[in-house]
Amino acid sequence: MARIMSLAEGVEENVRDGDTVAMEGFTHLIPYAAGHEVIRQGRKDLFLVRMTPDILYDQLIGVGAARGMKFSWGGNPGVGSLHRFRDAVENQWPRPLEIEEHSHAAMANAYEAGAANLPFAAFRGYIGADLPKVNLNIRSVTCPFTGEVLAAVPAIRPDVTIIHAQRADRNGNVLIEGIVGVQKEAVLAARRSIVTVEEIVDELSPPSPNSVVLPGWAVTAVAHVPGGAFPSYAHGYYPRSNAFYIRWDEIARDRETFTAWIRENVLAAKPEDFARHAAKTAAKVA
Amino acid sequence: MTDFTPTEMMTIAAARALSNDDVCFVGIGAPSAACNVARLTHAPDITLIYESGTVGTKPDVLPLSIGDGELCDTALFTISVPEMFRYWLQGGRITTGFLGGAQIDRFANLNTTVVGPYDHPKVRLPGGGGAPEIASNCGRIFITMALTKRGFVERLPFVTSMGHGEGGNHRERLGLTTSGPTRVITDLCILEPDPETKELTVVSMHPGVARDQISGNCGWPIKFAETVIETPAPTETELVVLRDINARTKKAHKAAGKEAA
Repeated sequence: MARIMSLAEGVEENVRDGDTVAMEGFTHLIPYAAGHEVIRQGRKDLFLVRMTPDILYDQLIGVGAARGMKFSWGGNPGVGSLHRFRDAVENQWPRPLEIEEHSHAAMANAYEAGAANLPFAAFRGYIGADLPKVNLNIRSVTCPFTGEVLAAVPAIRPDVTIIHAQRADRNGNVLIEGIVGVQKEAVLAARRSIVTVEEIVDELSPPSPNSVVLPGWAVTAVAHVPGGAFPSYAHGYYPRSNAFYIRWDEIARDRETFTAWIRENVLAAKPEDFARHAAKTAAKVA
Repeated sequence: MTDFTPTEMMTIAAARALSNDDVCFVGIGAPSAACNVARLTHAPDITLIYESGTVGTKPDVLPLSIGDGELCDTALFTISVPEMFRYWLQGGRITTGFLGGAQIDRFANLNTTVVGPYDHPKVRLPGGGGAPEIASNCGRIFITMALTKRGFVERLPFVTSMGHGEGGNHRERLGLTTSGPTRVITDLCILEPDPETKELTVVSMHPGVARDQISGNCGWPIKFAETVIETPAPTETELVVLRDINARTKKAHKAAGKEAA
């Protein structure tokens, strides 16, 4: 049963050095506050998993928290490169980064296989592409019924998955709305999970019987962190800060400006600081 | 209105390739602009799908990312990413995939992964994202990118997504039943694969563009079809629609910046 606790406690109890960690959210609901807490607590040697490692993983890679990363698209969407990721791959700074690169279809299938407690995922993919030549975890399997050869990738089974969601009730039942990405699969595939939420409410009141709900008994920890997805967004709460994504390009381009930014905005900050992003836009919407 | 930039011509020529009946998987950037211009001009009922899971979306401003809230707010419905790739893309429901790329070769294979060796890249690019399976599972593929020597190269360092592979019937030999890239729209001309060899060939030149300009911007000796037509210049309606959506987009991205800074 999910326990409601502070973000610091959630990370302390559930994220360990060397863990395979998935922080998911497909552009939407990216768990920035939680990622910053992982940096603050000095977790190291993490193997990061994420379909679209954007700014959040650029930050974790740039501080040297990661030994490796499994991903399918590593850019700053609509802006360009992830400079810290590039610096790690091109110049091994601040440390070498082992990469396991896939396509989106492969990652999505692999999360689903993890959630389904299967050892691997089969799908029609990578045809004529070079990734199978450089990634030994892309193999093939022959359909026993038709003989068709399909791509096969191992299921993703994180030690811990971290996501951000709109709200939870006091029993830790979690509601996710909007672009739901792979968060449900990523949580169900993991041994432990942390969910940060915009609100904790008395009644979850899912808007539809088909709403995406993660029951409290399938979640490990829930933490109340309003604004915790900034500069990504929380549908119904605040919009994506495209301006920050654009600004990140300058901050991360240079090792010194990056390090200074982390010092000021992560190491010297706390989860409660994210609330100002939620409050600011909520006022505008009202 | 007769003045237009090469990029505007490219976006509009790309938009014209789409029809009302298309169910289109939209890549971010240039493809997204083209697909929305199509929707706002001659193809109002086109179905636009972004890989974040938004189906039948009608954004008023162009998204910066593939998962901007605008896409979800204006979609007919929104699904999970596994469902997107399994049921809708792999399920064969998408008629047209619209891709961009960093580099392309003469058989319309694309590279968005690395420049230089994979293990010691000179430039690490973002990677394939959805492209490898979009390229194989959509009925056909359109590609839009500016014609430059850096982009149109003799040999790709890495094949992120397959076009026509080594040319000829390579796709068939790999068991693919989809058409692959059928048109490449650049800022100078439109290319289509030769029916036999599948080598990209210039079939239409944009107004005011000369042949040596095209040859000079391509990294391989580019071929011209027997009959090369002139791309019709953008109409006033097309230009107004494109400039309006670009202006709305710029304003929206800036405004979002102010409130969040």
